[in-house]
Amino acid sequence: MEASSWGLFSAFGFFITLIFVCGLYCILATRSLIRAIIGLELLIKAVTLLVIVTGYLNNNTALAQSFVITIIVIEVVLVVIAGGVALQIFRHNDDLDTRRLTNLRG
Amino acid sequence: MNVTNTDMLLLVLMTIAALWTVMARSLLKATIGLAITSAVITILIFRLNSPLAAVFELSVCTGLITVIFVSTISLTKPLTHKEILEMSKARHKRYIYLPIILVATGIALLFLKIPNDFTLPRLATPATNVRNVMWNIRHLDLFGQIIIMMIGAFGVVTLFITKDDKDGS
Repeated sequence: MEASSWGLFSAFGFFITLIFVCGLYCILATRSLIRAIIGLELLIKAVTLLVIVTGYLNNNTALAQSFVITIIVIEVVLVVIAGGVALQIFRHNDDLDTRRLTNLRG
Repeated sequence: MNVTNTDMLLLVLMTIAALWTVMARSLLKATIGLAITSAVITILIFRLNSPLAAVFELSVCTGLITVIFVSTISLTKPLTHKEILEMSKARHKRYIYLPIILVATGIALLFLKIPNDFTLPRLATPATNVRNVMWNIRHLDLFGQIIIMMIGAFGVVTLFITKDDKDGS
């Protein structure tokens, strides 16, 4: 990889890693279902930016953009379904605490 | 292809917004933080010569997803001020490690010697525009996207159905 490309990739990669760590920590530390979805969103955002950066460095932004559009479509469906599930759980348990989700315990 | 000061500023802003999203006490503030993160990512994507992806990110991720989150939060019972104060101590204990972990990760990345002799994969036929890629190269994937969207629509209908609707009354 060229020196200038490596400079851009390493700078973006550094901050992308930090957002990824934020999202991962959010999922691991939270006890709220909605906050877990927010953590997942942060992970997806990190991946989205990484795809765009690699597309830019590869002079192939068209392909990268098409992949990002697919990622965004999947992201929206995921958020809608997860939000609906969280809402149903809240209606059933009157709570969104993940520690109390023991209804399906075998 | 050099990193400009504006890029660095935006990247720092993005990380601060992401950190605020995770650390925010209120869910609504966390959602606003996520929207800010998404908006900053939009500017970065736009600066990386990807305007179509930037428009999608801005309209869908910053707009629609924030609306979905706010709707979901408004449909659930918010915590009272007393409950928030009671929970804040426990929250503080759990989330105090995140800035430390971030700093440790940053230092580890700075001192990590990652070899830069790898090459990025190249397409046999480089695509010229997004429309060509979407409709000619990845047309089968479009069917997948349509199916996913239909799953989302049917999922919402199934999830939001009430008992009265099931009974048919």
